[in-house]
Parts: sequence; C-alpha cells; structure tokens
Amino acid sequence: MAGKLLEIQNLTTGFVTEKGIAKATDRISLSVEKGKTLCIVGESGSGKSVASLSIMRLVDYAGGTIFEGSIRFNGDDLAAKSQKDMINIRGEHIAMIFQDPMSALNPVFTIGDQIAESLQLHQRISRPEAWRQAIDMLQMVGIPDPELRAKQYPHEMSGGMRQRVVIAMALVCKPALLIADEPTTALDVTVQAQILELLRRLQDELGMAIVLITHDMGVAAEMADRIAVMYAGKIVEEGTVLDIFDHPSHPYTIGLLNSIPGLEGTRGEELYTIPGTIPSINNLPAGCRFNPRCVKAEDRCRHQEPGLNEYRTDHHVACWLYSSEGARNTAGSASEVNHL
Amino acid sequence: MTQQPLIDVRNLKKYFPIKTGLFNRVVGHVKAVDDVTFGIHQGETFGLVGESGCGKSTLGRAILQLQKPTSGEVLFDGRSVQQMNAKQLRHLRQDMQIIFQDPFGSLNPRFHIRDIIGEPLRVHQQVSAAEIDKRVVELMELVGLDATRRNRYPHEFSGGQRQRIGIARAIALNPRFIVADEAVSALDVSVQSQVLNLLMKLQKELGLTFLFIAHGLNVVRHISDRIGVMYLGRLVEVGRTEELFANPRHPYTAALLSAIPRPSPHRKQERIVLQGDVPSPANPPAGCRFHPRCIYAQDKCRVLSPELVTLASEHQVACHYPLEALSHSEVI
Ligand SMILES: Nc1ncnc2c1ncn2[C@@H]1O[C@H](COP(=O)(O)OP(=O)(O)OP(=O)(O)O)[C@@H](O)[C@H]1O
Ligand SMILES: Nc1ncnc2c1ncn2[C@@H]1O[C@H](COP(=O)(O)OP(=O)(O)O)[C@@H](O)[C@H]1O
Ligand code: SF4
Ligand code: SF4
Ligand SMILES: [Mg+2]
Ligand SMILES: [Mg+2]
Repeated sequence: MAGKLLEIQNLTTGFVTEKGIAKATDRISLSVEKGKTLCIVGESGSGKSVASLSIMRLVDYAGGTIFEGSIRFNGDDLAAKSQKDMINIRGEHIAMIFQDPMSALNPVFTIGDQIAESLQLHQRISRPEAWRQAIDMLQMVGIPDPELRAKQYPHEMSGGMRQRVVIAMALVCKPALLIADEPTTALDVTVQAQILELLRRLQDELGMAIVLITHDMGVAAEMADRIAVMYAGKIVEEGTVLDIFDHPSHPYTIGLLNSIPGLEGTRGEELYTIPGTIPSINNLPAGCRFNPRCVKAEDRCRHQEPGLNEYRTDHHVACWLYSSEGARNTAGSASEVNHL
Repeated sequence: MTQQPLIDVRNLKKYFPIKTGLFNRVVGHVKAVDDVTFGIHQGETFGLVGESGCGKSTLGRAILQLQKPTSGEVLFDGRSVQQMNAKQLRHLRQDMQIIFQDPFGSLNPRFHIRDIIGEPLRVHQQVSAAEIDKRVVELMELVGLDATRRNRYPHEFSGGQRQRIGIARAIALNPRFIVADEAVSALDVSVQSQVLNLLMKLQKELGLTFLFIAHGLNVVRHISDRIGVMYLGRLVEVGRTEELFANPRHPYTAALLSAIPRPSPHRKQERIVLQGDVPSPANPPAGCRFHPRCIYAQDKCRVLSPELVTLASEHQVACHYPLEALSHSEVI
C-alpha cells in the first residue's frame, strides 16, 4: 500500500516458559502511514511494550522470540533481518524512546558527547560537525543554553530536560519512524504538555511517523490519528481517533472510556467499573479473552475467540457482537453503557 | 464553615538539612513544606495537587507526625499534637493512618495477608487471635477481597487487590483520618475506578476524613470536596473543587489545569504551556516562588512573597495579581 510506512501482520511474539510459550502479542496486525501517529493503548501487561520492542527487534535481547508474522518497514521485513542489519536501521531509520529517560542515557558521558556519538554511528561526519548538529538538536527540543548544557551530565538535569535530551538523541538522525513507549508517564502534567507539544512540532518539521504507546486516553485523544486498543496480547479494536472516541465498539474500549473520571462529570458519583482484572498471558480464559469481565458475554464468547473484523469502514473490532453471524446484537448495544 | 476542623494545620514547616559530604556540615535547607496553614473538616476529602517534589508527601507525613515538623502546629480534633504525651500519641496513631502509592513495596512479601491486615490490631489492641481473624475476615469483605485467600502472600494478588489489602490494613483500627498518598496512581484506569469507588464507599460508611494526594487531576477532582494546590512548599490556592476547576485564580493553578489531556479528540483546549521546570526547593526564587514561570509577573512579584488570602467564600489564593473570576458558562 502506498502510504504505509510500517505494516505489521499477524505478529506473534512470546516468551518460552516452563508451562510453554507465553504469547505477549498474539497475531496482531497494525500499520502506520508516513507522518502520522498511531497510539497503542491498553492496561499494563497487555503487550504494548513487547509489540514496540518487536518492531525494533530489541525484544530478542529481552528474551523474547518472534514466532510468526511480518514487520514491513518501507516494504522490508524487519522480522527476517539479522541483528547486524538492524543496527543500521535502529537509530537511523527507526528510533525509540522509553518511559525512563535515565535508562537511555549514559551517566558518565556529557549529553553533547552522547548525541554526537549516535550521529557518528550512522553518518560519516567529523566530530566538530557532529557536535554542532548535537547543539542544533538540543536547541530544537527547547533546551535553554544548548552550548552550556551539551557539556553537562545527565544527573545535572531535571526529568523533563532528560526526556528532551533523549528525544534529541533519538531524532538527531531524522528517522522516518519514532516509537515512544510511555514517554511522558513519569512526568508531571505540566512537563507532559511540553513534551507532547514538542513531539507534535518535531513531527511537523521532520515529517516522521510516530507510534505512541500510552495508557492515558487523554494523551491518545490529543496525539493520535489512529488508535489500537490492546487487551491481553490481542488488538481488540482499531480505528481513527474519532471513531474510537465517538463510536467505541468493543465492550472493553467502552468500559475503559467510561471508567475515567471526567473533568466535567458529576463529582463523587460511583464510577463505572470493569469487574475483575486483566488475565495473565500464562493463564488466558478460553474463547474471547475479555469474556470473564464482559457484561455482554454470551455462550459463544466462552468457547470461540473472535477475530479482528472491519465492521464499519476503516474501523476494526474483535468481538462476536459485530461479526456478521453476530449481527443480531449490533447497533446500539454498545452505546447503552456509553455515557461520554 | 465555622465548625472546628478535624485536622487544623498552622504555619507548618518541614525543612531537610543539606549536608556537605566532607564534614557533614549543614550548608542549607530544602524547604519541603514552608509555612502551610489549612484545615480539613470531619468527613471531608481534601485533595492535594502539585508537581513532583513540591512537598505533598512531606506535608502528609508531617501531619501524621511520621516526620517531625520543623515548626508549626497540627491540631487533631482541637488538641495540639505537639503537646500530647506518649499515651495520647499512641491513641492518635490509631486515629490517623496512611495508604501508600506502591501496592508492591509497602506490603511485607514474607507475611500472609492475614498477618499484614491484622498487624495493627495485634500492636495496638489486646485481642485474641480468634478475634483478630474474625476482624480480618470482616475487613477483607469490606474492601471486596475474597477472605478465604487470607493465608496467601502479597505476590499472589494483583496490583488493585494489593491496594485493597493496604486499605484494609489502614482502616483496621477504625481511624478517623487517612492520608492517601498516590493511593491509586499506579493502577490502570479500569482498576483505579474500582479502588476509587471503594474509598468513596468507605468514607460514607465509616465517616472517614481524607487527605487525598495525587497527581491525576481528574481523579482528585472526582473524589475531593476541596482542593489545595502546592507549589515549591507553599499552598498557593485552596478552594471548593467545582469552584477551583471553574475559576482558578492563581496563574499556576490555571496552567496546571490546562495541562490535563482531555479524553476527547474534539476538545482542543487552549493550553497555557508553562516554560521551564520547577526550581529546586533548596534554593527557591525570591518573592513569589512562581514568578520565573509566570506570564503575569510584575516587579512586585520578584521581591514580595504573596500571602494566602481569602478572595471569595472558601477560596484562598496566594498571588499579588489573581486572575479574574470567570462565570461558569465561559469555562465549561
Ligand atoms: N527525607 C528527606 N531528606 C531530604 N529531602 C527530602 C526528604 N524527603 C523529601 N525531601 C525533599 O523535599 C521536597 C518535597 O518532597 P516530597 O516527597 O514531599 O514531594 P511530593 O510533592 O510528594 O512529590 P511527588 O509528587 O514526586 O511524590 C523534595 O525536594 C524532596 O527531594
Ligand atoms: N522479558 C520477559 N520475559 C517474560 N515475560 C515477559 C517479558 N517481558 C514482558 N513479558 C510479559 O509479556 C506481557 C506483555 O508485557 P508488556 O508488553 O511489557 O506489557 P505493556 O507494555 O502493555 O504493559 C506481560 O504478561 C509480561 O509479563
Ligand atoms: S466477544 Fe463476547 S465476551 Fe468478547 S467482548 Fe465481545 S461480547 Fe464480550
Ligand atoms: S504573585 Fe506575581 S508571579 Fe506570583 S503568581 Fe501572582 S502574578 Fe504570578
Ligand atoms: Mg509497557
Ligand atoms: Mg509524593
């Protein structure tokens, strides 16, 4: 497809355990267009990080294995690449930032050195030129006094500044795709607002695509062009940001949106809750993975797992309520509990 | 309200010494809580918000006397905590409890759930093992845990369940006042709403008074009757929840509220993006501590620290040039 920069098909990544293979992502399919933002949302343990580490092929180092599927980036299948090839792709074409900026920074080198170093890893330029570009990049991410700051060490900076440095380091080679795994979760809302604004501006200026992983539906609403909702290793719903918020369809998505205390709603009222908790990937229920918590579960849900189907144009849901055989249950049923 | 508050905090300060490595000489102080005055009424939930490091947890711990205040006074039900004798303090410890953020770190991994929840009973009350067990079952049912699992260990429970264990333990001695320090912050939304409902239910049933510390502003809004906004060790604004959200009068509160990402793609709200980071509380700016980041700062702000003054009923602000009060319709 023309505009697709990244296209993941049927990706299964798992961990070998005593009890067999625990599939952290189970035949998931996703795609991102050039210059656009895909948000992956879901609660902790749903497989968001494993999915993103798989794209970078870093999951190999976390003890994970890609068992099935393809990860096409500009048409090339990353799942089939050697780690040696990946070294050139990582950093230069695809960059990644994590929740904890300290994990990406080396405490014993100045930040200017670290940014210049990652440039020289991918480009044949002189040290002074790399240093100059590093300072430009620090300027671009809004670090005041970049010449001075470039000579400082990570511990001399605040959390928000470190995350800016990490973003500078990730973007210095002008990658086509940035994967950001909860980049603002550890930050205050005020600093989060700065970082999100920065990401949007850099996306405009550099034309890069972003895969943004978050558990905050507010962040997703603000940043996403498309949203994929993950639950226990599966994508249960995928669509445009407007479809997900205006026509949430999977009972899990609806429950998630309704559980958030709003800023306009009535204070102190009992909140909507999804009963129970997310199952462990080592101990999944039979049938639909959401069935023990689902208010709409019917007999079939306990035996057969629904696939991800396009039930409206460009809007995908994995739920029997929306499959053609289950059509008797569709329209209106999902929005009953939706008071947003 | 003219009624005497259950918790009455007066000019409370908590400074931490900064020492040099070599001679252990005190070279300065982190003014984590610097002259804070406010009250919490019986049965009320008072929310405390502000950026990381502004002193919320320190204030909570100083009120509970878990950390000795540097100066100032805390009155519990009209009696000064500082002047209590050992016996009175022991009673006070039963009346005031804390729930922590980390449902993983705050529970001893080698203890059965039964012992974790029952421990305060064993320490503070002379009751038989059978009575403790009965009470543990009661408490577990009250917080929505399966009491038949009381002989299990913490790691066998999910994050939300562990938070319920922490809550059961906190209410074991029928306290009157609970500090919930980021009690739901580490939980996923679907579990967070379960625990929030539990806290609200317990408050109604047991008449509890809460100091609710959290950085999730929508959560604080939902649960709190009144909210205090802290900045660098100071309370800069206090007001009833609806009023504070509709009519923030301190520029910092306005910026903080505008930074919340709204879970709706249609509301692209005007945002006041604050520049820079929170300055270090070891070396706070002179005058108004917010002035280096404040777009309204004037000369006066750079030299004179504003006092917390009452602007409208139950609405206090520490700012020389408070924002105009808007009508509700303009905001929502
Ligand atoms: N025991 C201590 N010794 C020295 N400094 C301390 C101590 N405890 C807290 N501080 C400092 O006091 C200030 C306030 O810390 P506090 O933990 O109260 O912040 P907070 O508002 O709860 O932040 P967060 O939102 O990150 O939990 C910080 O600068 C912190 O580093
Ligand atoms: N290195 C690992 N070894 C074994 N299991 C793992 C490892 N990393 C992640 N998992 C498991 O994979 C599942 C998905 O994890 P993750 O992708 O980190 O979730 P999320 O990022 O959505 O919170 C979880 O059940 C987690 O326990
Ligand atoms: S398939 Fe059944 S159990 Fe699963 S989400 Fe749909 S209705 Fe609920
Ligand atoms: S006192 Fe001055 S600097 Fe401080 S918040 Fe008010 S206007 Fe801003
Ligand atoms: Mg993760
Ligand atoms: Mg704290």
